[in-house]
Amino acid sequence: MNYVIIGNSVAAVGAIRGIRNIDQKGNITVISREKHAAYGRPLISYLLGGLVTEKRMGYLPDDFYEKHRVNLLLGSEAVGVDSGKKVVRLSSGDSIPFDKLLIATGGDPFVPPIEGIAGKEKVFTFTTWDDAAKLKGIAYDIERVVVIGGGLIGLKAAEGLHLLGKKITIVELADRILSAAFDRPAGRVVAKKMKANGIDVITEDTVVRVEGEGAAITGVTLKSGDFIPCDTVIVAIGVRPAASFLKGSKVVVNRGIVVDDRMETTVKGIFAAGDVVEARDFFSGEKNPMPIWPDAYIQGDIAGARMAGGKKTYSGGLAMNSIELFKVPTISMGITNPVKPEEYEILTYQDLENYHYRKIILQGNLLAGAVLVGAVDRAGIFAGLIREKIDVTTFKDQLLATDFGFIHLTREIRDALFAPNGKAA
Amino acid sequence: MKRIYTLEDVCIGCHLCEVACITEHSASKDPIKAFLHEPLRSISRCTVEEWDGGVVSLSTTCRHCDEPACLQACISGAIQKNDNGVVRIDTEQCVGCWSCVMACPYGAVQRNLVKKKANKCDLCPDRETPACVDACPNRALVYKEGSQK
Repeated sequence: MNYVIIGNSVAAVGAIRGIRNIDQKGNITVISREKHAAYGRPLISYLLGGLVTEKRMGYLPDDFYEKHRVNLLLGSEAVGVDSGKKVVRLSSGDSIPFDKLLIATGGDPFVPPIEGIAGKEKVFTFTTWDDAAKLKGIAYDIERVVVIGGGLIGLKAAEGLHLLGKKITIVELADRILSAAFDRPAGRVVAKKMKANGIDVITEDTVVRVEGEGAAITGVTLKSGDFIPCDTVIVAIGVRPAASFLKGSKVVVNRGIVVDDRMETTVKGIFAAGDVVEARDFFSGEKNPMPIWPDAYIQGDIAGARMAGGKKTYSGGLAMNSIELFKVPTISMGITNPVKPEEYEILTYQDLENYHYRKIILQGNLLAGAVLVGAVDRAGIFAGLIREKIDVTTFKDQLLATDFGFIHLTREIRDALFAPNGKAA
Repeated sequence: MKRIYTLEDVCIGCHLCEVACITEHSASKDPIKAFLHEPLRSISRCTVEEWDGGVVSLSTTCRHCDEPACLQACISGAIQKNDNGVVRIDTEQCVGCWSCVMACPYGAVQRNLVKKKANKCDLCPDRETPACVDACPNRALVYKEGSQK
């Protein structure tokens, strides 16, 4: 059996382990256009800011590829997939035959055609180790930065550059930063903390023109007409599935590669996982891109198991983010900002002065989401309650307490989780 | 693999498991020094929960899951499951992002705010029986072969 995996980040790692749990013998080939073995991609902001060294970027134990008998092709780019002949074509001209294929290529940063941006030298995206290295390399030549986009990537780039002493302005189109993960109060708490640290956050506005003669940038003009002087622009508007090489392959790509609950694409034998896919949402059942790290691992693991003949099934993507900005930890999960609030019951506790905020979102008797700012300890208990669809009726009043725990759940649940053989002795 | 289980009915909420855990994971392995003199006091990997004024209590700790959610969520690769099934955090590699805290449905990964590192039960690699189990005066903690749930 020839397993081929395109991409070499967390979904690929989940898949390699998933395959090897079942099939010790088959050949696994991993194709990656990057030159690094799997690394902690979210660590690139730590690398930029000098909080971790290059040595700590590696995501896997040194012997991982050898131990799992993976043929690793770094610096190789897949340019096409022939699903009939079952081969992956590489930019080098080589073809790699497969029996089972996994596409785990992630997302490519999207750079919109903003006026004046073409031909400017110091315009960057921020999604790879090389992006961080490039920025770090010219850091001495950066003074003022405008970050376009107040999502996770934009904030992390801003944080890294701030640690290097740069003056940062974040421009976000929505009414708050991190609008995908946060509700308004949580977004405000974090924005307040960023402003206190000297980072300007401009919301409900966007960059319409990058100013400057030739390759140099002098500033940006916003839709509101404001001008912000800067010498560097980071574009962090979002990512698009890195799936353009699938043209002509019969693999259907919507807002991501469409996969079923086995992580199989519309072409039998070809699987996809991670940021490149749109898979079933845990709550709505609709297919959505869910570009988050843990979900990519889970999808990769399922894809790997299925490729090797196993039986794992996806239980649906559950959004989850743990973001600490300027020492304010935040964890959010599930539905944080319901489109139809009348269908939910929302419990909140606020102490914004102390950067403390807690919000619990209930749908009927079930927990649908949580936003925790400040006290984030044991947040995973909420994730468990959501995934296991536990009826919260009897302990609803305790959900906002910072010491919420298993003691508030039923004895039956506690015994199932912690007692020997799932029952009291 | 051997795991730690809890007999809630005989837990008296004395927190000695936590004391033993902190001591075992201290530099000196001496409770007085660990609590009073070590500048970077370690934190307990087990959590005693109490309710109703302590009438109900139990000690919760890592299940060393077959498919650990903490490992899946870890962005730095600091969390690995070894060949014996023990899930450990390499605190040197940990960047303190708290993704594991977000993911663990057992609430079994702790934040060490002094060191800005995540901590979790390592089943006491230097001991035959984990310190919390040995310390429990009422044998409410049991260390034995068993499944995750």
